[in-house]
Amino acid sequence: MIERSRIFDIVTYMVMALGVIVVVLPFWITIVAGSQSLAEVSRVPIVLWPSSHLWDNLAEAWTRADLGPKLLNSMIMAVGVTVAKISLASISAFSIVFFNFRGRMICFWLIFATLMLPLEVRIVPTYSIAANALMPFQVILDTLGITGLVETLSGLRIDMEWNLLNSYPGLILPLVATATGTFLYRQFFMTIPDELVEASKMDGSGPLRFFWDVLLPLSRTNMVALATILFVSTWNQYLWPLLITTDRQHFGTAVMQLKSLIPALNGTQDWNVTMAGALIIMLPPLLVVALMQRWFVRGLISSDK
Amino acid sequence: MTTITFKSVKKRYQKTPVVHGVDAQIQSGEFVVILGPSGCGKSTLLRMIAGLEEISDGEILIGDTVVNKLEPRERGCAMVFQNYALYPHMTVRKNIGYALKVAGVPKLEREDRVMKVAQSVSLETYLDRLPGQLSGGQRQRVAMARAMVREPKVFLFDEPFSNLDAKLRVAMRSEVRRLHRDLGVTSVFVTHDQTEAMTLADRLIIMNAGRVEQIGRPSDVYHNPASRFVADFIGSPAMNLIEGQFDAKGAFNHGKGGRLSTESGLALAGRKITLGVRPEAVRRAQAGSNGAVAAVVDYVEELGASRLIYADADGSRLIAVDNGTGHLPSGTKLHFTFSEQDVHLFGEDGRRIETHASAARMAAHANKTINA
Repeated sequence: MIERSRIFDIVTYMVMALGVIVVVLPFWITIVAGSQSLAEVSRVPIVLWPSSHLWDNLAEAWTRADLGPKLLNSMIMAVGVTVAKISLASISAFSIVFFNFRGRMICFWLIFATLMLPLEVRIVPTYSIAANALMPFQVILDTLGITGLVETLSGLRIDMEWNLLNSYPGLILPLVATATGTFLYRQFFMTIPDELVEASKMDGSGPLRFFWDVLLPLSRTNMVALATILFVSTWNQYLWPLLITTDRQHFGTAVMQLKSLIPALNGTQDWNVTMAGALIIMLPPLLVVALMQRWFVRGLISSDK
Repeated sequence: MTTITFKSVKKRYQKTPVVHGVDAQIQSGEFVVILGPSGCGKSTLLRMIAGLEEISDGEILIGDTVVNKLEPRERGCAMVFQNYALYPHMTVRKNIGYALKVAGVPKLEREDRVMKVAQSVSLETYLDRLPGQLSGGQRQRVAMARAMVREPKVFLFDEPFSNLDAKLRVAMRSEVRRLHRDLGVTSVFVTHDQTEAMTLADRLIIMNAGRVEQIGRPSDVYHNPASRFVADFIGSPAMNLIEGQFDAKGAFNHGKGGRLSTESGLALAGRKITLGVRPEAVRRAQAGSNGAVAAVVDYVEELGASRLIYADADGSRLIAVDNGTGHLPSGTKLHFTFSEQDVHLFGEDGRRIETHASAARMAAHANKTINA
């Protein structure tokens, strides 16, 4: 749509400006409040201009919320989920698109169906499995009577337990099991021409070699786009880390710590420290988006083939 | 060296048969073109040699080895695809060298061989470009270099030039000829373009609807088509094919009361016959001269060196190549003649019927080729 009219230009600029204000204002308030002293932040009406106490507030938030180790935890979780999910997604989409096996479509639809079951819906069963990851096997053995059989024969009781609470695998694994990535990869792999597959067969490369040498490099932009989305969404996870970590000291994540920075009802209302903490915590996803932006857009419009 | 043998090779997709049993032998070092209209199974046959399609029935041998159960990489074939199928993210150098890399050839030797092959198709200045930065012809040359670098026992070409423009196609054709002469590797080339087929082939395999219609040298196929289909398919403009019947006197009745007198028809009286004669063999004649056919000009196609007269002879279409000049408006009455030797007869089943005249022509042709 190309319009060459002055009034139309003015209107579009106004709409854009409005959009920018709506999006940027909360950030601005966070930055402003984070840079003010306690006295300044409590003043009525609020001042919308930054002050000079940013560094003090950042330091205070950092120590009070123990952000060093917590940021590390968040980083481990976010990177872990991103890497695991991309590996799982690409390899599962690879098998669904390029191999012709019985039940291929069933596999695809089963994976696809998990899109309709977000973590919040399946949080109770997920938690009970995280509490003992081997429980499903235990139940199978019990109902089949194998446990009883082994007990009477050898006197040993099969009692499997693998507790994922308060551990990195516990933080990461349940978040890995969703279909978004698989679906994206499937769509991309479907655009790969058959002749490319055949050419690599003629060149003598096996399926895994083809996957590694041809498919992965070709899907680089998609991979970056997916990684960005996954990193940000995992970083912002709140509910699951809250459930799985009872040992906040060692396994709490940064986003959870934000809660502990919110002033208590009767305590000092030092929102300036809270805001400074929020600034620190939202910095990593911001950086990731900023750095990946060029690739990210290219991957989503996906014309680079 | 490497022969390719087909032993009643069949291909079915689910229940639908697409190749109905092909028997053929390709000699070592030969350049064979599989020619046919689209959907005739020619590409399927090629892909069965390559190992990209399973062989439903029968056997394919490369050399002395039955390859039915071998993986593509174990067959020693290299293939050039219609859409080039280059790896878009690899430079020309890496594209050409990829097969060697997979095969574990050390880096230095790889560089060396890639360079040599690139030179033979004059690509050495493009080695560090990506396929996206090359023209169609250059991409096709990369595809050929990629096939050549492995020093395969067999080259397979799957309509490699159909995405190129006419001029480039001619240039690539001579390049392929030259490469085949230099390397002497057994080659199978699939195309639906008869000019390409005739100019490239040592021998042609002409296919139609999953069956082999004829196998032979281009000139054999042209001069002695084994079936009505081949007669119609090979040659441009296509052969005149006139349906009719011989009567008891040996004259050929066709169309709306047209008659052609020939000597060969006596034994065939009463059968439905298609009579074929190439437009090049049809000559203008004087009215009333012996055996002349009257026809009314429909329209004339000017080709420059010659022209094609499309005429109507008592309800049957007759095309003649004419070297004359002078205006021929439609409706002009002309007379044409052709010699007995140039007549091809095909039975109701489409197969060729041998006559004295055609046998004589075949002998003459054989003599000519021997003397040549």
